[in-house]
Amino acid sequence: MASEPVRPELVCPAGTPASLRTAVDAGADAVYCGFRNATNARNFPGLNFTTAELAESICYAHDRGSKVLLAVNTFPPAGETNLWRGAVDDGIELGVDAIIIADMGMAGYVAERYPEQRLHLSVQAGAPSVEAIRFYCEEFGIKRVVLPRILTVAEIRELGDEVDCELETFVFGNHGLMAEGRCSLTSFVTGLSTNMDGVCSPAGHVHYEEGRDGDLITRLGPFTIDCFACGDNAGYPTICKGRYRAPGHPDGYYAFEEPLSLNLAELLPELVNAGVRALKIEGRQRSRAYVQAVVSAWRRAVDDVMAGGDVDVDGLLALTEGQKQGQGAFAGKRWR
Amino acid sequence: MMPGAELSMGPVLFNWKPPVWRDFYYRLADESCVDTVYIGEIICAKRTPLFEPVFPGVLDRLQAAGKRVVFSTLAEVMIKRERRFTELTCGFDDMFIEANDASALFHLRGRCHRVGPFVNTYNEDTLAFLESKGAVHVTLPPELPRDSLAVLAARADALGVALEVAVFGRIPLALSARCYHARARGRTKDNCQFVCDEDPDGMMLETLKGDPFLAVNGIQTLSHTCLNLMHELSEMRRMGIAAFRLWPHSLDMVEAARLFRKVLDGALGPSEATARLGGHEPARREHGAGAGFPFCNGFYHRRPGHKWVTPGQRP
Repeated sequence: MASEPVRPELVCPAGTPASLRTAVDAGADAVYCGFRNATNARNFPGLNFTTAELAESICYAHDRGSKVLLAVNTFPPAGETNLWRGAVDDGIELGVDAIIIADMGMAGYVAERYPEQRLHLSVQAGAPSVEAIRFYCEEFGIKRVVLPRILTVAEIRELGDEVDCELETFVFGNHGLMAEGRCSLTSFVTGLSTNMDGVCSPAGHVHYEEGRDGDLITRLGPFTIDCFACGDNAGYPTICKGRYRAPGHPDGYYAFEEPLSLNLAELLPELVNAGVRALKIEGRQRSRAYVQAVVSAWRRAVDDVMAGGDVDVDGLLALTEGQKQGQGAFAGKRWR
Repeated sequence: MMPGAELSMGPVLFNWKPPVWRDFYYRLADESCVDTVYIGEIICAKRTPLFEPVFPGVLDRLQAAGKRVVFSTLAEVMIKRERRFTELTCGFDDMFIEANDASALFHLRGRCHRVGPFVNTYNEDTLAFLESKGAVHVTLPPELPRDSLAVLAARADALGVALEVAVFGRIPLALSARCYHARARGRTKDNCQFVCDEDPDGMMLETLKGDPFLAVNGIQTLSHTCLNLMHELSEMRRMGIAAFRLWPHSLDMVEAARLFRKVLDGALGPSEATARLGGHEPARREHGAGAGFPFCNGFYHRRPGHKWVTPGQRP
């Protein structure tokens, strides 16, 4: 499978119709987006699509040869599944190219009611093993699996040799530390759930306050997540990127990970050789300018690699707005 | 619909020393009132060889005492070692198995099994799907609120599935591929030297302000606060929740189980039982910790999970 590299699809984020058009114009093979409610995992204020906006956006993308993937990738709490079914029904009626699904109940709904509909398994379903992937593919006819950001490239290659579906990996953007779909830290702190409400460290619960000596303290709900000295660039208080005290770390340390964002530019040729069929850029909450710059750069990078050339790593590194870069789990087992 | 409630002891999440692990189960077998005991390593496959020598004795003792023994599978299955271990576990065809991820569901489908709290059973459609694959007993994720539990219980009754809810212990909140115990010591998962065995209830994380916040157990993150749904037991019983789980900690779990049993039987009020439960402290005080872990019940009441909603002040 890995011997004959296939050109991977570049899958780009669209938080708004304007971002979607920008991503399409910048060379996205596919864009992914969600409705303006809890049915998708980026349920942020001011973000996402109404039904009418999605209809127009699908026309725009299809006219230019790009696909539209609809994320219905949260877990409906019991008694509230109608909202999720409605999202699936609407998306399919409007002609989305694939539904990105996480919940087994919803996957069963789509597979039974719309057997012809192309289904992708969301990263939120958390399927990193051969058996888990086979389970979802065999039970629901999943065509593509978005892999959790916990595997090395070598492991992805082995996985690709053993499963029949397409594999998609994240390559760029914000990078949570916990296994996707298996984290209740936000609901523990705020009462809003990543799995059920589609939020992570929601802005309405974020507080910035000045401490002694002019330090800037960031809080989520009642809990201090980090503290920055004057002049330091204060990060957004995401729980898994905070600093905490533990035995041996009386002054605090990044217990989970330093706040850095994922950038697999240097691993791009390896990912292509590993048989990865789609490369996903995170960032539905980002600006149009960001989407334009990142999608264009990755478009060039993928085209260069497929033409046998090198990746302009520096160009991609320059896009990171001063944030630290990392390869997370992908580069090797030492990350674990 | 309402025979006696099943009281269960979840699998030990922490890396207890093998003699401590063994004696814990021996005591459960000999002295405790729990009906069901889950055993098996669900957090880290690297730990499993440590327990192999004491495992057969524990199994025999529990079964001889009439406990229903269920083997729980790993919560995160990714690399070969974990995949092999999961396949092996699911192959014990003379034992009841609890699936904690989709790879275990792959092995167990078509055969009677239980589904654990690390599988995302959030709604009635997922419950019905799991039942169609052979699930007869499902433990729900910790963050589901009361209204969802009620809907699930009604559907479970129609499907003939028993539902279980965890009612005591630090709450499992997140899993990762990275071992945070190893990271705290400047190590990685592959050369961890099993430093997690120093924290029988997890390694506490405090905020920079000094507030207790979370607890780390290898690749797992738990709440610092301790779930206590004593006051919610009777309501859940009325909904039709069939089983209630205690997560093991380094305190007197036999006594904790006895208190929950008394409340379930109506022999003791939840406030009285909570007061007695609060008297138990972890055997080993943690870094900076005060007297035991404070209780929480927020998830049930659709509030932040760390909160304690006082009885009588329910929203």
